[in-house]
Parts: sequence; structure tokens; C-alpha cells
Amino acid sequence: MKSDFDLGNIDLPNRSHEKNGESQVIVTTITDLLNWAKKSSLWPLGFGLACCAIEMMATNAGHYDLDRFGVFPRGSPRQADVMIVSGTVTFKMADRIKRLFEQMAEPRYVISMGSCSNCGGPYWEHGYHVVKGVDRIIPVDVYVPGCPPRPEALIGGILKLQEKIVGEKLYPELDGLLNLGRK
Amino acid sequence: MTQIEISDLLKQKVHVDAVVPESDAAQAWIELQPDYLLACADVLRSDPALYFDHLACLSGVDLPEQNKIVIVLHLYSYPFEHKVVIKYFTERKTPPLLLNNQIDKTQFPIFPSVSGIWKTAIWHEREAFDLFGIWFENHPDLRRILLPPDWEGFPLRKDYTLAEKYHDIQIEY
Amino acid sequence: MIADMKSPLHLEPELNPEEVLNRASAFSPSLSELNSEEMILNMGPQHPSTHGVLRLELVTDGEIVIDVVPHLGYLHRCFEKHAEKLSYLQILPYCDRMDYLSAMNNEHTFVMGVEQMLGLKDKIPKRVEYIRVLVAELNRIASHLVAIGTYGMDIGAWTPFLWCFRDRGHILNMLEWVSGARMLYNYIWVGGLFYDLPPGFEEKCREFISYFKPKLSELNTILTENEIFISRTANVGVLPLKVAIDYGVTGPALRGSGLGWDLRKSEAYSVYPEIEFDIPVGQGLKGKVGDCWDRHWVRCQEINESLKIIEQCVDKLTGEHKRTTDFDPRAVCPKKIRPKAGELYFRAENPRGELGYYIVADGVSDIPKRCKARAPSFSNLSVLPEISRGVLIADLVAIIGSLDIVLGEIDR
Repeated sequence: MKSDFDLGNIDLPNRSHEKNGESQVIVTTITDLLNWAKKSSLWPLGFGLACCAIEMMATNAGHYDLDRFGVFPRGSPRQADVMIVSGTVTFKMADRIKRLFEQMAEPRYVISMGSCSNCGGPYWEHGYHVVKGVDRIIPVDVYVPGCPPRPEALIGGILKLQEKIVGEKLYPELDGLLNLGRK
Repeated sequence: MTQIEISDLLKQKVHVDAVVPESDAAQAWIELQPDYLLACADVLRSDPALYFDHLACLSGVDLPEQNKIVIVLHLYSYPFEHKVVIKYFTERKTPPLLLNNQIDKTQFPIFPSVSGIWKTAIWHEREAFDLFGIWFENHPDLRRILLPPDWEGFPLRKDYTLAEKYHDIQIEY
Repeated sequence: MIADMKSPLHLEPELNPEEVLNRASAFSPSLSELNSEEMILNMGPQHPSTHGVLRLELVTDGEIVIDVVPHLGYLHRCFEKHAEKLSYLQILPYCDRMDYLSAMNNEHTFVMGVEQMLGLKDKIPKRVEYIRVLVAELNRIASHLVAIGTYGMDIGAWTPFLWCFRDRGHILNMLEWVSGARMLYNYIWVGGLFYDLPPGFEEKCREFISYFKPKLSELNTILTENEIFISRTANVGVLPLKVAIDYGVTGPALRGSGLGWDLRKSEAYSVYPEIEFDIPVGQGLKGKVGDCWDRHWVRCQEINESLKIIEQCVDKLTGEHKRTTDFDPRAVCPKKIRPKAGELYFRAENPRGELGYYIVADGVSDIPKRCKARAPSFSNLSVLPEISRGVLIADLVAIIGSLDIVLGEIDR
């Protein structure tokens, strides 16, 4: 008997007839190519602090798979592209977060996941040991609200970061100067 | 055994005045003088009729209006399945804000440490020291456990005020 | 013969490091001046397998750990200060967030403590009590699944992690159906519940139980009975019973050391006296009593017991205490929660051990004077330096995983 709990087999459509060997040359710009490469393989630093970390682990696992976006957690900050700060940032941890951020190689991004790292969360009023927002320590690119955010919200945050990366320019200082004609 | 029976046994063995205050609260307790604490704790732990081997909780309570700092022990016994609540208090003193290498323990409220009898108390007493500023005599390793070592003040006291910044990060919202 | 040949990596057992240096110095005189020092290694707050932000300072002699000094406080979120400034019902979401893997159990314990102080203990409707036990046991299974899954991941097995999170995902979907949130619920209120169970929930529960039983035996086959897992966890980190009681260890870690103590049976709170279940006790099936494998095995067996409890609860909730149209889960919720002056220490069985709340009320306001949370993982972690002297660093990872700590409740 098929129940709601059996994830079962998913039928994928057969598109082999579309492969006819024609698209062997693609013309693009370096900026687009680099941005496509950067956004399609964002490797986060496996860095979970509190409850949001469990939702991040659940997003990596079977029901909401993050591997299909190219997101694969790495253990060391030197090998990571994005730091997902998931959970409450305390003053004791603040120095370490700064050091981890400084150890990441550029291009590096920060996603602040959950209310605690956005703005201090439920501990904003009486929490003497809670940093009211991780953006007091490191620059943040995307904020994902929720307490904890649903896995879909985290995936939405990663997609928002991908949109931001697509809009990045290789030489922003030359934009107006050479009048490259790109908006 | 009820609290009254336990306090009678303590009076008998240690010759100390263990008082059970009158109250209709949800649980009764035995009040001890801190000077007799170690002798009582020894009896509580090893007496064959009492045998309280599980220290469930050691908490500090700050009562500024009565000028007291109280420590509450909740003891349970695995073989006999009875429990006792022990309270002991001392005068509330105000310790210095920052803990440096030379700590003058006379500025702190001082209690004897029960960590030689129940090892659970080692970390619980460190937490009471960290959050209330209570000094425990003969504790093997008394230093801050939850807050950073250069934190100013003892937060769970009722008159605690926040500092402005810590390591250049603003503390208030 | 081939059987007599020793492999080049074979070291004779009588050799000790000094002997080796002595023999080696015959070839090179400077080798006799070599000495080894202890190394201080930092297993920092950011680490793949410290189960949260725990910093361990290891003093090692090569690969052997001589001493472990845990440093806590990286997640200290001032729960006790919030409890002195907010009213009882406002504290409830903060109780959730202490042990975030088993939020329903935290709420249940706090609510039962406050209800006892208010004198409401025997006035809660039976249906409410059974629903509370049902969601608490579902959360217990979810919490044990995380413990087992991450333990497998620490040892090196990636598949049980994905299987555990798949099944946990189904439980979280059900708890979201009940309370509105996947992980931190705010569902069990003082005097009742937030909402009644949705219609159709009891049937879904039964379907889940029949789906999950074969998956649990699959999980046991792939992880608990696995040769590699057994050789990494049996006889490692043996916790003698006397040391466990001395350090205040409770929960599966204590039951793994041989003492059959469960607060659901001994304190007999809520409707647990009316439900039949057993207490699994570690027997040293694969090694010594009290090793890592025993603690892990106790957790796997407890999932089985929780399934039994859920079955009995669902039977009661569809039989004797069926849903009626006029049932209001908030009927007994007091408008103002103002207990009489006094204090109470209430304790209950969390998936990790004995969770206790020591609440002091002053009788005039609806804000407690002091609320101390006694977290089970705090005392469970304090035993780590005792049992990990002389183990290899990889064994240390196995020991931490078997103690099943959650930093949110250690640091509160």
C-alpha cells in the first residue's frame, strides 16, 4: 500500500532526443561565466551554532536536498565560499566568528540565518551575552528571517545569494569609464 | 523520610541546629549554618539510613531585600527514593567587577564547597561563582565557566547593570 | 612458512618507546637526545563533530589524550535572566530553545512544575495529558534519531544520518501539523494546550508507526550491528556506575552503565503510570557494561519503547478520550498565572536525562523570582574528562557522540 511516508521512485522525463550535438560552442562573457561558476558551487562552512543549525542539517539531508544546488558543507574555512551563521551569536563566540570570516578566501559571502543572527532574536531585550545581530561583527549579504527558518526559507536565501552573485561585475570600477554598454 | 525526620537525624548525629521553617509552600526545606555544612553533607551522603548520592541541582538565589545570598541543594537518593532540600545562606557582599589574577576572596560571599562529596557540584559551583560572584572554599578549579574570563560583573545579581561595550561590540540592542 | 612471516609493520609487544630509542640510537647517536613533549591541541568551537559550539582543550602525548578540559559558554543565552524579567507564559518559548532537539519535553517539564505550584496538577483533563505524552514521545524519537544519525556521521557513516533525518522529517511534518512549527513549538501551555489535535492525526500516527518499525530494524542492522561500528565503540569510554552517579549523570548514559532508573517510572508524573513500557538497561552485550555501544544501544531500544507508548496513547485518544466537539484544550488555562509564595524543584525525563526546573515564586507578581534550569547535558559533559584519559583522539570523538550533548541546554 502506498502511504504518504514512502518517498518512492520519482519518474524523470526522457529528454535524450534533445541532445543532437549542435551546442558545442557557447558564446558568453567572462563575467557571466565566472558568476555562473561561483553561484553554482557555493560551499558553505559547516558552522552551526544553535537551533538553526539543526534546520540547516535538515536542509542538507533527504527531504530538502541542498546538494542539487551545488551546496556541500566543508569543514575548514579556507575551503569554504559562504558562511551560514545559523544560531545565536554570543560575545564569547564573536571573536571566533571574526577570525573564521577573516580566514575565508575571497570571494566570500555571509548568509545570516534566523532571527538571532539577524538582530538578536528573542534575546534582544534581556540577553546580556548575546550579540544583537551578527552584522555587528562581519558584513552580511543575505538575511533569512524565521525562528528557525523553514528549510525552504534557507533555500530561498541561497537562491537570493545566487541572484546577488549573478549581478556582480568583474571590474565595477571600469563600468562608466569604458562605457561597456552593460546595465 | 520526611524533612522533619531527616533534620532530627542530622541534629542527632552532627549536633547542629537544622531548622525546618514553617511554610505551606510546595516543598519544605532544611536550613543549615554554612559552618556545619561539610559535616552535615558527609552524614547525608554516607549515613546508611539517608544515603543521598544524587545531587540533582545546586542553585544560587540572590535576595537583596533580606541582604542574603542563598545556595539551595536538592539531594535525592537512588536506593531509598527520598529527597531533601538543603539551604544555606550568608551575608550578601559585593565583589569587584573584573576578575584579575589576584582575587581577594574576602570581598566575595564565601561558602564551603561540597564538591569533595558530590562531584556534580564541581561545575554547578563554578556556575554559581560565574553568575553570582560566590566564592567556594577548597574548590578544585574555581573560575568562570559560562561567561568569558574578562567579563565584568556577575549577571544574575539583581543589581547587575550592563556595561557599554565588550571588545568594541555594543551590548545593548 | 607464510604464516610465520611477520609483516614489516608488526611491532613486537615488548618494545616500549624508550627501548625503541635505545636501539635506534645505536645507529644514530643524536637520536638518544630525542624527547617527547605533551602537546596542547584545541578542538575549537567550530568543529565538524563537537555537536555544537564546544571547545575542548586536549593535552595529548602524540595521539593519546592525557587530559581534556571542556570550555563552555559559547552559547550562553541568559535563560535565567530572561526568567526573572518575563511572566511564566512568556518564558515558555525560551524553555523550548534550551534543548532545541526535544522542545516538547522541555515545555512539558516546565508546565508541569508551574501547574504543581498553582495546585492544578489533578485538574488537567485526561485528553490533554494523553496528547502531551503523545507529542513528547514523538519528540523523544526525533531527538534520538538526531543523536543516532550524528553519532554515525562522527564515526564515519553518512548513510544512517540521511536515513535518520528522513524519518525525522516525517515526525517534524506531523508535529508541524499539530502545532504550526517544525522545531520550536510553544504548544504545551500552563493548564492545557494551544490547540487540540487536528482531525485525522491519530490515523496518521498509526500509519507512521507501521511505516517506521521496519525502518528502525534496518537502521539497527546497518549501524548498531555493524562490525566497524562495534569495533569503534565497544569497550571505549567505559563509564563505571559509581562515577556516573557521583558526577550526576542521568538518562541513557546512566542506563547504559547498568542502573535501570527512569524518571517516568520513579516520579510517575502525568499519565505515565497508566502506560506500560520497559526501561532498557545496558548489559555489556558487545563489550563492557557502560561503554559507548551500550549507551547507543539504550537509545535505539528507547525508540522502540516510545513507539509502544505512542500506540497506547493513540488507542486511548481514539477510545476512552475521543475528541468531542465541546472539548476546549485551554479550558483550565488560568488567566493570570500567579502561584503562591514558595518554591518547587520539578524534574522529568528528557531524552538526555533529568531535566529539572527550580522555580521560586514570591506570590505577588506573575514573574518568577528565580528559575534555574538543571540541564542533563551539563552534568553528562562533566564526566568527559574522567572517562577519556588515555584514549586516542578518534575515540574521544566517539565518546562525545555517545554522551549526546546539546550545547543549547549546557550553556542555557
